[in-house]
Amino acid sequence: MTYLADVAALARKDLLLELRSRDTLPAMLLFVVSTLVVFHFSLPSGSSDLAAVGLLWVAIVFTALLGLTRAFVAEREQRLMDGLVLAPCDRSAIWLAKGLSIVAFLLLAEVVALPAYALFFEPVSGQMVAGILLADLGIAAVGTLLAAMAAASRARELLLPLLFLPLAIPVIVGGVGASVADDPARYLGFLGLYDLIFAILSWASFEYVVTE
Amino acid sequence: MSLRNNRLGALALAAAALLSAGVALAFYWAPEDADQGFSQRIFYIHVSVALTAYASFGWAAWKALRLLWRRDERYDLESYTAVHVGVMFGVLTLVTGSIWARISWGVWWSWGERQLVLFLVLFLFYSAYFMLRYSTEPGPRRARMSAVYALFGVVLIPISFLAIRLAENFIHPVVFTREGPQMSGSMFFTFLVSLAGMVALAFALHQTELAGKRLDLRLQELRKALAS
Repeated sequence: MTYLADVAALARKDLLLELRSRDTLPAMLLFVVSTLVVFHFSLPSGSSDLAAVGLLWVAIVFTALLGLTRAFVAEREQRLMDGLVLAPCDRSAIWLAKGLSIVAFLLLAEVVALPAYALFFEPVSGQMVAGILLADLGIAAVGTLLAAMAAASRARELLLPLLFLPLAIPVIVGGVGASVADDPARYLGFLGLYDLIFAILSWASFEYVVTE
Repeated sequence: MSLRNNRLGALALAAAALLSAGVALAFYWAPEDADQGFSQRIFYIHVSVALTAYASFGWAAWKALRLLWRRDERYDLESYTAVHVGVMFGVLTLVTGSIWARISWGVWWSWGERQLVLFLVLFLFYSAYFMLRYSTEPGPRRARMSAVYALFGVVLIPISFLAIRLAENFIHPVVFTREGPQMSGSMFFTFLVSLAGMVALAFALHQTELAGKRLDLRLQELRKALAS
C-alpha cells in the first residue's frame, strides 16, 4: 500500500508543480492547436479526410514529445532527482508517478485537440478516441523512461525525439489503424499489447536509468 | 595474447573460407529459381546478412541483460560492439534488399516489403543508440542506460514486425513457412553455408572490435596511472 501512496504523493507533486508554474501544459495546448492549423494549410485542397486522420496522430505524438522533453526539467535543474533517488521509496514509483502526470497532460491536451480537430476537419469517432486513450498509455510509459535517459545526457532535448520516434512507430500504426479500419478491434488489441509489454519493461528498468 | 590473436586469425580465416564457399555455391552450384531466375541468387547473401543482424542484436540484448543482472560493466563493451556489428549488417540488409527489390519489382524501395521496412525502423532505433552513448558521460550509468535501450531493441523487433504486418499488404515472397523451408536441398545447403559464413564474419568483427576497444581502455588506464 505504501507503494501506491508514494506514487500518489509523487504524482501530486508533479501536478502541483505544473499548476503553480504553468510551464508545460499551456505550451502543449497551444502547440497542438497550432499544428492542426498548420496541417490544414499543408493539405492540398481535395485531400481525403484519411490524410487528416494521419496528421492528427502526428500532432498527438509531437505534442507528447513536447511534454516529455519538459518532464524531467525540474528534476535536473533543481537537482531534484538526487533527492528522489535517495528517498526510501521504490524507484519505479517515480516512473509510475511521472507517467501518470504525463497521461494527465496528454488527456488535457486532447480535450482541446479533438474538438479542434472535429471543428477543422471531420467528426471524431468513438474508435478513434479509444485508440488515442490506449496510445496515451504507451506513449507515457515509454516516453517517461526515455525522457529520464535523455535528461541524463548532454544532448537532452535533441536526443529524446531520436530515441522516442522509432519506438512510437508501432503506436502510430495501431492508432491510425484503430481510427480508420472497419474492424478496429485488432488494432486496439495491438495497442493494448504494446502498452502492456512496454509498461512492464519500462517499470522494471527505470531504476537502472536513474541511479548513478 | 598471441594465442588469442591466433584464435581471432583462425576465426577470420574460417569466415573468409565459408563466405567464399557460400558465394561460389550460390553462383555455380545452386539451381536457378524457376520464378525469379538469376537474381534470386542474392537471396543467399541478403537473408543470411539479415539473420546475422538479428543475431547480433539478440547477442547485444543478452549481454545487456547480463550487465543489468550481474551489475558487471565488462558486458557493456560486448553489448556495444554487438550493436555496432548488428547495425553494419542491418545497413547491408537494406542495401541488398533494395537491389533485390529493384530487380524483382523494378523499384528501389517498397513499403510493402515487410523485412526491409522493419530493418529501416531498426536502423533508426539503433542509430539513436549511438547518439545516446556519445552524448552521455562514460560510466556505470551510461552502461546501464545503453543496456536498457538494447533490451528495448529486441522487444521492438517482434512488436514492429507485428505492426508492419498490420499496416501493410503482403508481397514479400514467403520462403520459410511452417512446413519448413520451401526450397530444394541444394539451395538450402548453399543458404546454410552462406549463413555460417556471415555469422562467422560477424563474430570475427565483434571480437576484433572488442579487442581494440579493450586495448584502448587499457591504454587510457595506463596513461592515467603514469600521469598521476
